[in-house]
Amino acid sequence: MMEADKPKKASAAAQARRQFLLDSARMACGVGLLGIGIGLYAKQAKALPPLALRPPGAGAEKDFLGACVRCGLCVRDCPYDILSLAKPEEPVATGTPYFVARQLPCEMCDDIPCVKACPTGALDHKLTDIDKARMGLAVLVDHENCLNYLGLRCDICHRVCPVIDKAITLEQQLNPRTGKHALFIPVVHSDACTGCGKCEKACPLPVAAIKVYPTELARGEPGKHYRLGWVEKEKAGGSLVAPDLEHRYNLPEGLRYESGRGFVPGNEASPAAPGTQPAAPKALQGGKL
Amino acid sequence: MSIGAEAVAAKGWLGAHKWLLARRASQLGILALFLLGPLAGVWIVKGNLTFSYTLDVLPLTDPYILLQSLLTRHMPEMKAFVGAAIVLAFYLLVGGRVFCSWACPVNMVTDAAAWLRERIGIKGGAHVSRETRYWILAMTLVLALATGTLAWELINPVSMFHRGVIFGIGAAWAVILAVFLFDLFVMKDGWCGHLCPVGAFYSLLGKVSLARTVAVRRAACNDCMDCFVVCPEPQVIRPALKGMDGAGPVILAANCTNCGRCIDVCSKDVFSFGTRFGNKEVNAPSQAHEIASAACK
Repeated sequence: MMEADKPKKASAAAQARRQFLLDSARMACGVGLLGIGIGLYAKQAKALPPLALRPPGAGAEKDFLGACVRCGLCVRDCPYDILSLAKPEEPVATGTPYFVARQLPCEMCDDIPCVKACPTGALDHKLTDIDKARMGLAVLVDHENCLNYLGLRCDICHRVCPVIDKAITLEQQLNPRTGKHALFIPVVHSDACTGCGKCEKACPLPVAAIKVYPTELARGEPGKHYRLGWVEKEKAGGSLVAPDLEHRYNLPEGLRYESGRGFVPGNEASPAAPGTQPAAPKALQGGKL
Repeated sequence: MSIGAEAVAAKGWLGAHKWLLARRASQLGILALFLLGPLAGVWIVKGNLTFSYTLDVLPLTDPYILLQSLLTRHMPEMKAFVGAAIVLAFYLLVGGRVFCSWACPVNMVTDAAAWLRERIGIKGGAHVSRETRYWILAMTLVLALATGTLAWELINPVSMFHRGVIFGIGAAWAVILAVFLFDLFVMKDGWCGHLCPVGAFYSLLGKVSLARTVAVRRAACNDCMDCFVVCPEPQVIRPALKGMDGAGPVILAANCTNCGRCIDVCSKDVFSFGTRFGNKEVNAPSQAHEIASAACK
């Protein structure tokens, strides 16, 4: 290259140093380029597709991808063979274990063999109660096609739920279409749902109306400063801002307000006499928030 | 005369291929052990080369992947550390890059490429320094630190191939084919000899590992050069064989994989397996010592 063709006064040592620096620069740049490519790919690979679920005990995806060595022991020890290691062409980080609930949901073994098998703790060994697993969170995505929303008593997602009546409850509502029937709306509760995916698997629609999503996709989050007045009130044992007063309407003389009817002649004394609501279904009363 | 013909003439075909056969038996045997479970339901070994569990008692962890995992700031379970300690101790005993030539499945692929390259007479090709692998090794460690994930494992052909054979190959065959074609057409001994960071990691163990290939009877060398041709890391042979700068007969270079090809291919039985100790000419067999020192002067 540039040796010997310029008989300059540079000593052999200086030449060697120059060559060393050049070689190092060449390596650093070439390998660095490769590294940047892999690094950017790794960044993308952190985005787990919503329908791929990690086995029980897996932490946040970014932690899991540093902890899991892709050995496949969880796959081997799953008695229902629901887990598989991602192949390079699949949109899950190469070699990592996952399952798709709609194909085969987690059977929630009591002894959690997949977690026990994990040699690195990528599946957290502190998880010993499968009901505390959080593989994802079921969300009733499609209110338009869910049979229960249409007024049918499908209830399948509720009945197959391993944490029935805690993770999924059926909440009664008035069916506004008929005006006289009830809707039994499946409601998922994040404090009990393990994300096993049994509901998604069992949904009888050609495409499931209820799906398990990664928790961070499925959940919203209240502002850090938000306080629920009624919770705070209960904690404090009474109103925090002002003494509780009986509500008064201050209506004009000779009128009173009645729920469902509006202003009616009479005295203010009985603001909402019970039983005065016209034909409201019982379901609408004891409803929650 | 073709490479190794002299050795075959002197020792017979079997004698001139015994270490090669032993290595293939080892490589295929390891794969077979892993495959017995999924194919025949006989669970002697579970897992793959990154971590395996033998007979539910023996954990084996790839120390290189454990190191990457530690750099992502994950603290693994004790079992993973025990497995890595066993593997480290084993390769410190038998030679660091014994992993490459006796266990790694990619070796069969790159050996096939090297054989075919020789067979159809492909010369030349791209050239990079054999030190590149250490730069790539460093890069993979920096990646683990910077991304917090085992980024190299997304594309590592070594683990991808082994995992693929056992758990389903998927598109990994394309990666392996690419490595084969790269070695065949682009660079001689390209992957294992120049680029692979897994081999580079194990070569670091080779700097101090016990078992070495030794040019015990180097005085008998007739300069046929067959060992240089078959060796995937030919630069490691010269100091020990030719006694350059007063070097003893032990091949101390960390990138010798103890594959034993030089032992097989030598019609004069110059090479054999030994240890790194006794690497003084005074400790060499007396006759060989005299001839060797005479040859050096």
